[in-house]
Amino acid sequence: MIEPGATLPTKIFYLDRELLKAYANASGDHNPIHQSEEFALSVGLPNVIAHGMLTMALVGKFISDWAGGSANVKEFSARFLKPVIVPAGEKVDLTVSATVLEVDGNRIKLDCIATSAGVKVLGMAKAVVIK
Amino acid sequence: MINPDSVGRTFEGANSLTINQSEIDSFCSVIGEADTSIAPPTFSIRISLSQYESILTQPEIGVDWTRLVHGDQSFEIIRPIVAGDLLNCSATIETLRVAAGNEIISVRSDLRNGSELVVSTRSTLVVRG
Repeated sequence: MIEPGATLPTKIFYLDRELLKAYANASGDHNPIHQSEEFALSVGLPNVIAHGMLTMALVGKFISDWAGGSANVKEFSARFLKPVIVPAGEKVDLTVSATVLEVDGNRIKLDCIATSAGVKVLGMAKAVVIK
Repeated sequence: MINPDSVGRTFEGANSLTINQSEIDSFCSVIGEADTSIAPPTFSIRISLSQYESILTQPEIGVDWTRLVHGDQSFEIIRPIVAGDLLNCSATIETLRVAAGNEIISVRSDLRNGSELVVSTRSTLVVRG
């Protein structure tokens, strides 16, 4: 029995430039702020940043794993608070956890927390799953 | 500036897009998803973002795509997308406001396979002033 307030086990994903390139190809989002350090710096960013939607896709994986598959994810929303900064040659963390907010029959609402280097990167990250 | 007359209007995407298994495979590969029989929850952004770009940058709406930042995103998934779906995508500009010199637009996008609603998404897009 899943009760409101229950916490899900934390999972850590690792992001590097190679993953950003793979996501650019998979998503069709080839904005150079996710690829080129020179370009990112020229528009005032501290370094190359991950696509917000890559962050969200990885949190989506965390949710669908817990829910028993992608088919069980019914709603998913998030606000992009801070970028995940990905310096060359490094692997940076995306640390994901979640708390059960509501249980209505087999519909479970989750509040997800995603941080990178200790900074909260997503806000209002909520999902509804069937489990 | 974005044309304020575009608020409340729905714009249809130019093309219907057939989803290929290879697109689902590459998206799954990036996030480490082994089950490629259905698309992961956020896969549809691949379609919505490209359709937004072609719809919202039309002269009658006037979004400058180079100054765009993604503010937030939500998905309501009626059923998972699968290979072979022929999806059309509309964009409804729900609200437009200006804050701190930025234009903030809320867009709803419905992805349909024929008349069947598959995924409904909402995006907040910020055009930096």
